[in-house]
This record gives sequence, structure tokens and C-alpha cells, in this order.
Amino acid sequence: MTPVAQRAERPADPPGAPPADAPPADVQEPPAHPDAVRATAHIRAAHNGRVTTLPRLRGDGPFHLRRVRTRGNSATVGIIGAMSAPLGGDRLALDIIAEEGAELEVTTAAATLALRGPTTAAATYDVRLTAGEHAHLRWLPQPLISAAGSNLRQTCTVELAATARLVLREEQLLGRAGEEPGHLVSRILVRRAGRTLLDQQAAYGHPEPGWDGPAVLDGHRAVGQLLLVGPELAVHRDPVLLGEGSRDGCAVLAPLAGGPALLATAVAPTSSTLRTLLDTAHAHALPR
Amino acid sequence: MHLDHSLPHQHFPSASATRPDGHRRALRVGLGGPVGSGKTASVAALCRTLRDRYALAVVTNDIYTREDAEYLLREAVLPPERIAAVETGACPHTAIRDDISANLEAVEHLEETLHPLDLVLIESGGDNLTATFSKGLVDVQIFVIDVSSGDDIPRKGGPGITTADLLVVNKTDLAPHVGADLAAMAADARRQRGDLPVIFTSLTSDDGIREVADWVTGHLTEWRAEAAV
Amino acid sequence: MSRAALLLLADGRFPAGGHAHSGGVEAAVARRAVHDTASLEAFCRGRLHTTGLTTAGLSAAAAAGHDALLLDDAADARTPAPALRAVSRRLGRQMTRAARATFPSAALERLAAHRPQGAHQPVVLGLTARAAGLTPVDAAHAAAYESAGGPATAAVRLLSLDPLDASRVLARLGVETDRVATAAADAAARVAAEGVDALPSASSPLLDITGEQHAAWTVRLFAS
Repeated sequence: MTPVAQRAERPADPPGAPPADAPPADVQEPPAHPDAVRATAHIRAAHNGRVTTLPRLRGDGPFHLRRVRTRGNSATVGIIGAMSAPLGGDRLALDIIAEEGAELEVTTAAATLALRGPTTAAATYDVRLTAGEHAHLRWLPQPLISAAGSNLRQTCTVELAATARLVLREEQLLGRAGEEPGHLVSRILVRRAGRTLLDQQAAYGHPEPGWDGPAVLDGHRAVGQLLLVGPELAVHRDPVLLGEGSRDGCAVLAPLAGGPALLATAVAPTSSTLRTLLDTAHAHALPR
Repeated sequence: MHLDHSLPHQHFPSASATRPDGHRRALRVGLGGPVGSGKTASVAALCRTLRDRYALAVVTNDIYTREDAEYLLREAVLPPERIAAVETGACPHTAIRDDISANLEAVEHLEETLHPLDLVLIESGGDNLTATFSKGLVDVQIFVIDVSSGDDIPRKGGPGITTADLLVVNKTDLAPHVGADLAAMAADARRQRGDLPVIFTSLTSDDGIREVADWVTGHLTEWRAEAAV
Repeated sequence: MSRAALLLLADGRFPAGGHAHSGGVEAAVARRAVHDTASLEAFCRGRLHTTGLTTAGLSAAAAAGHDALLLDDAADARTPAPALRAVSRRLGRQMTRAARATFPSAALERLAAHRPQGAHQPVVLGLTARAAGLTPVDAAHAAAYESAGGPATAAVRLLSLDPLDASRVLARLGVETDRVATAAADAAARVAAEGVDALPSASSPLLDITGEQHAAWTVRLFAS
């Protein structure tokens, strides 16, 4: 388990004085209650002509960053959750940039657990991924768990240069064992060379209408996506179907319309089945 | 409210006789009739008879997707690119009569990719005696029944029997076995149809489709003559 | 405007190809996830609030006169399953044909010229509504209603459900359908200031996955 800090010990930003590089949204939306966390962590990778370096590695609030290792041209950063977050009212953001030619992988050490906070106000968790020309960015976090009573708005916004490569995995587990999930609204917006490649919002848990019905999740509690973008994927691919019987989970891997990209979408009864489906899809996606 | 008046009277009839490029399009012949009467076998026989003389294509409307199209492929009556299957959402008559848009898409796709095309045969999904083709989809239609389903079918009538441009009574070779009275069928058909033609066929005999093929060829000649005017 | 034009566009008898599509319910019936009136209602509700909301937003924005080609790209970005993109474009072509006969417009011709393989159906629907003098929320209503009405009609054929029960499902979804249409039109009203990102992108993982599975079936009653 990762250490869980007391909320009072968080490196609090004084209200009204956000870090200079915080996005405007943070400025305009103060935390919903005094104990709420507002934090933005920054990771920036650059290529110095020889290897990928990390000129900026700044944790904040619940995000402790650790340079895991550097292998070849690639840098890997692990995000270690330093406290229980996001809770209701929190405003959390990750800003991850792989500059031109850099190769960066970012992972999280443990699942992100959305919990009910002191208020029922929504928490926000915004991940911004940017990859420059010839950069290679891999965002492979552990699952997000939407615990009972939680209320989270999650966004993942991706900006890719035309020659950038991306591997992105998102997994959402709806409720811990035996509990109903909280309310989770998650949007992924991916732009490549200025054009929108993917724009999808998913909304699960009470009070979303129909979320658990046969048109959306049909009782499944684990849902995830794997997105691969890169010039090498600019070849015709037929969709790959995995797990036809949807009781035990199923997935499809198929090309997107707006650029060289493959998206795997999976639903499963459990997180392990979900991971297996996404890993299998990943193996199918690799150039043969 | 905004109303776009730039094209107020432009007309786009479904079955316009000319293609966008001004050339006369292919003649479209519908083949309808009840399940099992031999529509697909008739289409296959027509293709074999006519394919050497004319540029042909076929659209099928299956109840279950692609069965008839696959039969035609298996029988190799036409190359695969000349056969298109339309899915009908469990309502084959809707796709040929009430909402013909999917069939028109299929026909026009064939005309575009196989240009120039002389003849498109459109086979309906096996349906009941009331199913007829929209005039927006076909130029002439053939209704196919068979003797083994009862020799009282012509007497019962229905839009297919009474109004089709050609009534085909198929499987005459079975008449002795099922006790069908061909003379009575012919008389009933005449009563229902007046001067509209009826052809009795047996596709088991050599060239059993000949008369039907001649009827189609006659219409094709007429169609082309109109184009030349 | 003619209110009757909205009724014509939303009528299942409008010959724009919808009758051959089940909106994903054929796949759901096959895996027994939809088997009775209650499960049909749950299906229709889920589709209304996902695909329905998204298509209603696109239709409303097209009816408001926003750049149809940008909206067509936005529909691509919101439709990750290739089979469902193909269906949407095919239905767009079929609706274009019906629109030319009923409410022709130069805007639709421009879109059709740029998208010879078919523009996305909700965009065509929105342009058709605009040519008919309808409002963005009208267009959103037609799209939202169809998102539940299509599966309900298909389920009657697939399950031999009592058609009265299927109609009751749609009646019960009436208020939610209105809400979805209003939300979609509200989003469309923000496009001028915020761009197409303002439009809903509500999605359903199972509709995407099973839509692709269904397209691979060799035996099926519905085209999608």
C-alpha cells in the first residue's frame, strides 16, 4: 500500500494564490470546502539529443512523483498516491508533456480510489497529455475505482503532434467488491495534428439513467480502453473481436476514423478479466 | 425560420430513367413471390441465360442476410461483385415497397461500379401474396408462384397475382404429383389478370427459363428503344 | 415553420432506411440481455442517454446552421466503432435521398458533394430539419426519439413483443426524451462560442463492442 497522508498535512495552496502554471479553471473554481485539495502535478520530458531527460518533475498534493528508471532513450515516472484522493470537492490535475523526440512512460503505483468526501460535491481529476513531434508517450495508470458515495468528474485531454506516438490505457472499476459504484463521469478528448481523433464521455452510477442496463454495461463492473496512436498504424486494419459472449467480458479493437489510431474498448465483470482483454488487444495491435 | 429556397422545385425521382451523367440507366426487373416458389432459382437461370449477351447484376433481399446472395455465389451464376445483398430488418416487403432506399442504394452502387450495366434483377425476400415492388424501384416486375403450393393461388388473387407485369407459375413438372390442375390455374390467372401475361415454367427441364428470359429481353429492347428516341 | 414537418421526419414510415436497423437491440436479444418489456425499456433508456444524446446534439447543431463538414468530423470522433460509422453514413445517404424529395436544400447538396459515401445520419437529419424550417430542438427531438424508437420497433419483430408494450415503453420515456433533446439543443447553442467540443459525446461501451460483433454475423435480420 502507498502511504496515506493526513489531509491536514497536504501542501495546501493558499486560496486565491494558485501556482503560476495552474490552468485557469483552477483559478476560477475554488475548492468546494475548506478541507478539499487542489493540486496539479507536472511531468515534462525532453530529449537532449541522446537520451530523454526530465527537466520538470514536480509533485503536488496527493501526487508524489518518482523517477522509476531510465532505459535506453526512455524515461519512466511513477506516481505514488500520497493521500486518499480524490474526495468530493477536490480539484486534481496532472500535466504530462513529452517534448519533441522524448520517450516517456508514466504509471501509477496503485489504483486511484475515488471516495465520498466531507461533501457530496463532485471532485475533478483532469489529466492533460501532450506529445510533440516524434515523441512517444505512454500513460498506463492503474485502474480508477469509483467507490460508493463518490462523485468524480474525470477528463483526459490529449494533444498529439502529427508524428507523435501514444499508448493510453484507462480502466474504471465501478464500486469496490460488493458495493454499488459512486457517480463517475469520464471524458476522453484526443486531438492529433489539430484534428479531433476521439471524443467520448462515459457516465456511470446513480443518478445516470440506464448506465447499468443492456445498452451500456449490462451488469459489468469493469470498463476500459486502450488507445494507440502513431504513424505506423496508418494501414488498413479489420476490427478484432475478443470474448464474444459478453457475460465474461468482451472487447473490440478497431481503427478510428480521424488518423492512424487503434482503440480497444472492453467491458468485463472483474478488473483482472478487463486487463487480460486489454492486454490481448494490445498484442493484436502491435505491428506484425 | 430559415428556409432554403435555392432548390425549391428540383426533383429527384427515385427511378429516374437517366443516370446523373445523362446516360440511360439499366433496366430494373423485380422478382417477387412467396417463399419456396423458385425466385432464386429463376434468378440463377435468368443469369445463366442472359449473362453472355448483357451486362447483368443482381440485388437480393433476404429474410436472413445474404442466404440468397450466397446461393447465387455458390452456383457461380455471376461474379461476386455483381451480386449485392440488402438487409431488410425482418420486413422484406417494406424494403421493396414502403422504404426502398436501401435497395436503391444497392442498385445505384452496382450501376456506378459496373457501368455500363444493361439489366439489374432485384429479388424480393420470400414474403406473402401481397408483396409488390414499388414503381420507384423497378421498371417491371415478375411474380413467381408454384404449383405445389396449391392450384388455387391464382384464384385467390392479391396484388402480386393481379398486377405483376408477368406471372410465372413454376414447377409445372410437379403438377401430376401434387394434383394441381394447370388448366384451371391458367383460367384463374386470366380472370385475375386480363391481358397481362402468364408463363408456366419448369426449371428442371433444359432451358426451362427460356420464355421468361425472352420476356425480359423484350422489355430490355423496348427500354433501349425509348432511350434512343 | 410547419410542425407537421417534424412529425414527418420522426415518423417511422419516413422512407430513410431506418426500418432495417435495430439500434443494437438484435445483438442484445441474441445474448438474452433484452428479453421482455422491462429489459427493452432499460435498453432504450441507455441508448437514449448515450447514442441518443450524442446524435441529438449533432442534429441540433446542424439544424442551427453550423458547419456541416465539421459536424461530420465530430460525428466520426464520437463513433469509434467502424461498423457504426458505416451504418451512420449509409443511413445518411438514405436520408439524403428522402430529404431531396421532401425538403431539398443547397446546404445538403454541398454536404453530399463533399461526402459522396454518405454524411453521418444525424448531420443530414439536422440539415433536413433546417430546410423544413424546424428549430435545433426539433431536430434534437427527432434524433432522440429515433434512438429509442428504432430498438423498440425492432424488438417487437425480434421478440414478438406485444406492440402495445413497446409503445408503452416509448411513452414512459417521453419526458426523458424531451430532456435529452433539450440538453442536446442547449449544447448546440454553445457551439458558436466553444466549438464542436461543446456537443455531447455520451457513449456506451457495449453498443460499440456489440455493434462490431453484430456486423460480423453471417446470419441476422437487421443491418445493425
